Amino acid sequence: MKATSRAFKDNARRALGDPQLQKALLNLRTGFAERRAHAVSQLPEWEKLRDEAVAIKRHTLANLDFYLEAFEQKVTAQGGQVHWCRDAAEANAAVLAICRRLDAQTVTKGKSMVGEEMGLNDHLEANGVTPVETDLGEYIIQIRHEPPSHIIAPAVHLTKEQIGESFRATHRALDPARRLEDARQMCDEARAILRPRFLAADVGITGANFLVAETGSSIIVTNEGNGDLTQTLPKAHIVLASLEKVVPTLEDASTILRVLARSATGQEFSAYTTVSTGPRRPDDADGPGEYHVVLLDNGRSALLGGEFEDMLRCIRCAACLNHCPVYQAIGGQSYGWVYPGPMGAVLTPSLIGVEAAGNLPNASTFCGRCEQVCPMKIPLPRMMRHWREREFERHLPPRTYRLGLAAWAFFVERPALYRRAADWGARILGYVGRARGRFRALPLAAGWTRTRDLPAPEGRSFMSLWAERVAARKRA
Amino acid sequence: MPDSKPRVALFVTCLVDLFRPSVGFAAVKLLEDAGCAVEVPGAQSCCGQPAYNSGDRRSTQAIARQVIAAFAGYDYVVVPSGSCGGMIKAHYPALFADDPATAEQARDLAGRTYELVSFLVDVMKVERVSARYDGVATYHDSCSGLRELGVKSQPRRLLASVEGLTLKEMRDGEVCCGFGGTFAVKYADISDKIVEEKTDNIRTSGADTLLAGDMGCLLNIAGKLERAGDPTRVRHVAEVLAGIAGPALGEPGGES
Amino acid sequence: MSPSRDQILGSIRRALRRGALAPEAVAACETRLVTHPRNLIPARARTLPPRGQVELFVKMAEAANATVARVREPREVPATIAAYLARLNLPQRLVRAPDPALDALPWSAQTLLETRRGIAADSDPVGVTTCFAAIAETGTLMLHSGPAGPTRNNFLPDTHIAVVRASQVVAAYEDGWDRLRAAPRDADARFAMPRTVNFVTGPSRTADIEQKIELGAHGPRRLHIVLIDDGATT
Repeated sequence: MKATSRAFKDNARRALGDPQLQKALLNLRTGFAERRAHAVSQLPEWEKLRDEAVAIKRHTLANLDFYLEAFEQKVTAQGGQVHWCRDAAEANAAVLAICRRLDAQTVTKGKSMVGEEMGLNDHLEANGVTPVETDLGEYIIQIRHEPPSHIIAPAVHLTKEQIGESFRATHRALDPARRLEDARQMCDEARAILRPRFLAADVGITGANFLVAETGSSIIVTNEGNGDLTQTLPKAHIVLASLEKVVPTLEDASTILRVLARSATGQEFSAYTTVSTGPRRPDDADGPGEYHVVLLDNGRSALLGGEFEDMLRCIRCAACLNHCPVYQAIGGQSYGWVYPGPMGAVLTPSLIGVEAAGNLPNASTFCGRCEQVCPMKIPLPRMMRHWREREFERHLPPRTYRLGLAAWAFFVERPALYRRAADWGARILGYVGRARGRFRALPLAAGWTRTRDLPAPEGRSFMSLWAERVAARKRA
Repeated sequence: MPDSKPRVALFVTCLVDLFRPSVGFAAVKLLEDAGCAVEVPGAQSCCGQPAYNSGDRRSTQAIARQVIAAFAGYDYVVVPSGSCGGMIKAHYPALFADDPATAEQARDLAGRTYELVSFLVDVMKVERVSARYDGVATYHDSCSGLRELGVKSQPRRLLASVEGLTLKEMRDGEVCCGFGGTFAVKYADISDKIVEEKTDNIRTSGADTLLAGDMGCLLNIAGKLERAGDPTRVRHVAEVLAGIAGPALGEPGGES
Repeated sequence: MSPSRDQILGSIRRALRRGALAPEAVAACETRLVTHPRNLIPARARTLPPRGQVELFVKMAEAANATVARVREPREVPATIAAYLARLNLPQRLVRAPDPALDALPWSAQTLLETRRGIAADSDPVGVTTCFAAIAETGTLMLHSGPAGPTRNNFLPDTHIAVVRASQVVAAYEDGWDRLRAAPRDADARFAMPRTVNFVTGPSRTADIEQKIELGAHGPRRLHIVLIDDGATT
């Protein structure tokens, strides 16, 4: 996927001025956050489970080569195949080669963020294979030719009116006079449209929430059941997974599953958690005849052992997006690539470079809510700060900003000078602002004063007044 | 025991110093009422957050060394801000990973540093204040104070003892106001949208006064309310607890 | 092996600043895979007696929008299903998984109920399956593929009816795994994972349109559980 993260500020400004988007984003506020809080309150062991989940991932990452090889061995022993891919191009080629060998016309797809990262749909289409997104949200954005705006609710930026219009524009064979006003009707329409596509697909592609080294299994967590139809009905099941998805055992996966659904949708457990191991067995009643795992690195292995390693614990629950005031204000598409919100602000520069994605780690108030709700305790603000440090070292922030910061630091590092400057500043601003008590415009804070006043200083600095008080006490 | 009063150094913070010295005096009064001997070290300016959050580690370290030196030797360092307090307590020690001696001093300082209201309640065991404020207040939990320092119940506990004051919680009181230091200027549009949510929640809470423990949030929220012509008064929680009631933030008639 | 494989493994080791794992580290990881130690399991279900686990299973399944009917004996199942379909005004036509446990039930006594044995098709309105275990912790069914369990039967029909015996109720997912590990499938009577293990908690749903939860996205619109509860416990 082509990144527009450089244009983050413009994207955000457009998003803030888009009334439909702003209306849609209101749904986030109550939906995810309140449901998550309730689910967490129902589980007294929540904090301990988080600690165990973190420990599992830490252990796995420290021994990642071992567990990936163990996983591959199990997959192979059961008749499946692991395709090791360094980058998106290799992964796309691996998928296409399987489709070509099976002479695939259409492939159904469950939701996969790795698939988005690879730009798989474009690659397949360009090579004559038709990908059909089957997750309702992914289907909606596919027919609108848009990127997802959220990692578990890809169409959360749209209103039902917009979705209804897209359905009418796309499902031309249906009666134009049909009613299409509420979510129920749209769900039913999508179900009816997609059912024959599931049955007709030659290949089914899903993502993976986990890979299990113990058994050579992949696990998907869904609510719609689309992932299951996608991977059960066609001739081949292709799993797209980045390499940090591996965990040692089914027990380890079970522990992390306990924090995943609750963090994501606030459910006790998602409707469908499905563990897939190899192709169908000779005596199985159904199932795919081939099982492939496309294992993608795409820069992740280089994050191990460094200041961004913790990011590899991420289980893509989206709790950080759902609790981020910045994400809630502008939605996911402003971030300009696959992964939005706090986890995207850390991961995106890692994967596409800080030159292209530099805005993302800066666009945070460091309010810390993301880290507070992250089931894997990823220190997201700290890692955004690491990115800012790397940017600063490379002189990437604008020159005026760097000069302003240097001038400020010059005074701050000289307290005596600073004291005098602060008192003069307080006197001047206090004098000018005294009549109104606030400023409606200030030359150096135009961004602020365009929409907000700035309260005026009281007129003297504390330090100068305190010095006078101490002197007066001494005299007395 | 001739003088068992703890020696407390006030780190007044750059925003209180420049914008609202009355908060500094409120802090001094509250600390003295609680039985502390208060001093204000002269060699203080800013805790370094603007540099830290901009990725300028070198300046941050220089500023932190200066703060560590200025506040050496006091029993406690008290800050009328969760954000600056959090900077010293939660972030200074990590700045000196490659300088064990300074890291040790930073840890020592972090261990002695407290946000004002939590210091009064948790350390000085203050249970009530003698102050009066006629109004209905709502309290915004500033992010760093809440999430880095655990400031949540302490201000509410002391506010409950203020005569004439009723506290009403707003919706999403724990959600950020959108200030974020330089964020408010660099990403002013987004910041404005976030503070708009905050002021909407303040308005629907039915309160006539907004209180918080951080000047940054207060300037942001007051500025937004004033631009909208909203009469809600905005004050630092220390002013109310100390019974200091000059003009509210952004109201005309400040002393000169 | 592919050059990408070697490069990725090499990149991992370089980033971790080590070569291949030391033998003792390998041994520790291998032990973990073989012994698959349990992590913390919430007390919620684990501390309940078996009867309590059955009750919790029912409560949690209902909370996830499944419905539950209880019978005392297996032979009551077909009539219970017919009554359920009649009550909801659903077609009296079902496909049942080719499972000996279902074959043994008196379907023919339900003269109005049209039943077919086999793999579900898109046109089947109702699918009946058994399950492998039922997890009390979250009201979750555990089913797996095999000759008697076509996976699509759990997903294609609008209405999924699962027949559960009380003795199949276990506290936690880990208990389900242990039961599965103890149920050898391959010729050498060793444990082999089935191709598909489905954990099903309530019917299919989506909230992709304006965060409003709608049941029946692509999978079943209804999940009905017939619990054979003879009062006995495991």
